[in-house]
Amino acid sequence: MQDNKRIVIIGASSAIAEHCARLWVENTNVDLTLVGRNAEKTERVAADLRVRSPLSIIRVLEANFIAPLAISQLVDEICAKGIIHTVLIAHGSLPDQAACQQDLTACHEALLVNGISPVLFAEAFAGHMQIANQGTLAIFGSVAGDRGRKSNYVYGAAKGMVTRYAQGLQHRLANTGVKVVLIKPGPTDTPMTAHLKQQGGLAKVEDVAKLIVKAIHQGKPVVYAPAKWAVIMMVIRHLPAIIFNKLEI
Amino acid sequence: MVAMSAWGRLNNFEHEVIALSDRHQVARQLKNKLTGIAHGMGRSYGDVCLNPNGILWQTTALDRYISFNENTGSLVCEAGLLLRDIQRLFIPRGWMLPVTPGTQLITVGGAIANDVHGKNHHGSGSFGDHIKWLKLIRTDGTIIECGPDLLPDWFSATVGGFGLTGVITEVEIQLRRVSGPWLSTETVPYANLNEFFQLADASEADWEHTVSWIDCVAKGGRGLFMRANPTDRAEHHEPKTQKLTMPFVPPLSLVNPLSLRPFNTAYFNLKKWQAGKNIAHYEAFFYPLDNLLEWNRMYGPKGFYQYQSVVPREIGCDAVQAMLKEIAHSGEGSFLAVLKTFGNRQPLGMMSFPQPGVTLALDFPNKGKRTLKLFERLDAIVREAQGRIYLAKDTRMPRDLFEAGYPRLAEFLHYRDPGISSALSRRLIGY
Repeated sequence: MQDNKRIVIIGASSAIAEHCARLWVENTNVDLTLVGRNAEKTERVAADLRVRSPLSIIRVLEANFIAPLAISQLVDEICAKGIIHTVLIAHGSLPDQAACQQDLTACHEALLVNGISPVLFAEAFAGHMQIANQGTLAIFGSVAGDRGRKSNYVYGAAKGMVTRYAQGLQHRLANTGVKVVLIKPGPTDTPMTAHLKQQGGLAKVEDVAKLIVKAIHQGKPVVYAPAKWAVIMMVIRHLPAIIFNKLEI
Repeated sequence: MVAMSAWGRLNNFEHEVIALSDRHQVARQLKNKLTGIAHGMGRSYGDVCLNPNGILWQTTALDRYISFNENTGSLVCEAGLLLRDIQRLFIPRGWMLPVTPGTQLITVGGAIANDVHGKNHHGSGSFGDHIKWLKLIRTDGTIIECGPDLLPDWFSATVGGFGLTGVITEVEIQLRRVSGPWLSTETVPYANLNEFFQLADASEADWEHTVSWIDCVAKGGRGLFMRANPTDRAEHHEPKTQKLTMPFVPPLSLVNPLSLRPFNTAYFNLKKWQAGKNIAHYEAFFYPLDNLLEWNRMYGPKGFYQYQSVVPREIGCDAVQAMLKEIAHSGEGSFLAVLKTFGNRQPLGMMSFPQPGVTLALDFPNKGKRTLKLFERLDAIVREAQGRIYLAKDTRMPRDLFEAGYPRLAEFLHYRDPGISSALSRRLIGY
């Protein structure tokens, strides 16, 4: 199995990441390392993928997502096992904006999990990938990171940080064989957005995953999923404050 | 609250939707002051999957495989997985679901709760006959694991128990060996019901799948008998499935007396002319409507009913004849009309629909009172024949017909979960 494509997913039990993994094992056998905060949950995803693709190698690693030293050790171990084709950094958790405003601990937690942690993981992988001079590093931003809005600006700030970071990393790795893909999902029908379901308009997770897998394959610098969000967010980014401030968004 | 309707699109009701996605969290999620009912793809026609002003536990994100034994074909999976996904993954590996209904766009849990049947009922029984084990979660947090040899009474209540005994989260299914996706088929026109029954009896021994399309406009009961067996002939290419979607709800039903007679006559004669042997892909043979997404819209804004009954074989010919006469006389109906014999086997579930006899299923555009009056006349025939109506299709049968058709109801009610309720249970059982 030496020739199998090696893929690493951080936050593998997130619904979008799980669906990306299903697509990756669908047509070809891969060597997949699933990293999650909760081994039991991640193992459940692994068992599913093993049934889908009995010839793929599916490994599970439990990890601390916050401690820089632990992240760096984990990534070193993963990278020591060989060349990596694709890294997908997908973890996150949609915080309650009101709770973040009232409680700095909740705010701190939200910024850590959605901003700092993905950046630390990316930074840890980037060095190894630059040395290997190949591979694709994909990282989840969000449409929420395009412009701060009162309904979720703490999450938006964390994802805005990921956006700026990915931009810088793309600049740094521009003349290497490494590609950096920034993924900006719109509101998607997943457990993370279960409380938004009542509002409707959520994209199907299967469709979002398809767009992401395709963009990673093509090495696109930025992908909005679904694509319509590129247009919507362009409008929102350019709205003058006098109009923007009147919107209940 | 979200407005949800069932496949018949007869009405919209407000529901609180709770998505189940982690099978270990389900017990916690079921605890609530309101009652709920498990809801998968919403493909049942009537109100079995609805719970107006209550909770729907959406099961479609419980879609993980748990394990598969390549040697025995035993598959363990979560109950929200679609039959389509199982078929597409395992047929290339030489295994398939032993029983599937006329659509594969349904969940495993829904297939068990309605104990669905397929075109091979005479040989393979219903979906529940191939379940080796299942895990049921009750609203009080109790977990019940049952199967044919493990708490068989709970199993028999849950198979065909239309979701009222608990929420099914995990299932073990016995798949069957297949050599590929192809079927060798034969279409035989028949001119009347006697010919239909002769064909059905003659085909039972040698044909695994039998079904027939019946022309509900013609009084005599003419139709097309279709039978099929798996084949390993693989000279054909996999069909490119082109999915079409019915893009909007037309202001009037496209199925109406003006369109029905010419369509049925043309269809019958065209197929009669093309009759004979052929090779078909399983998706085209088993699930002909699955490629026309949202086909239920064609009946217009008022939606449609499906009336599916089964009557015992001894009286079957007369009863079907009488029903067809009523339908032809009314000028109602649709080209989606199916006549099929069930095998001579006792149902597994206390409330399962299939029983030895013959089943007739027809769609009817909703024309209000007129349609309901016709159903009353059909009910009278079913009642007299000591038959029953399929709960997965029903939204209007009278309580006495339900009680007469399902004699194990009192026994079944011992297993009911008090935290679960549906529009159907309130209508037919009272709570």
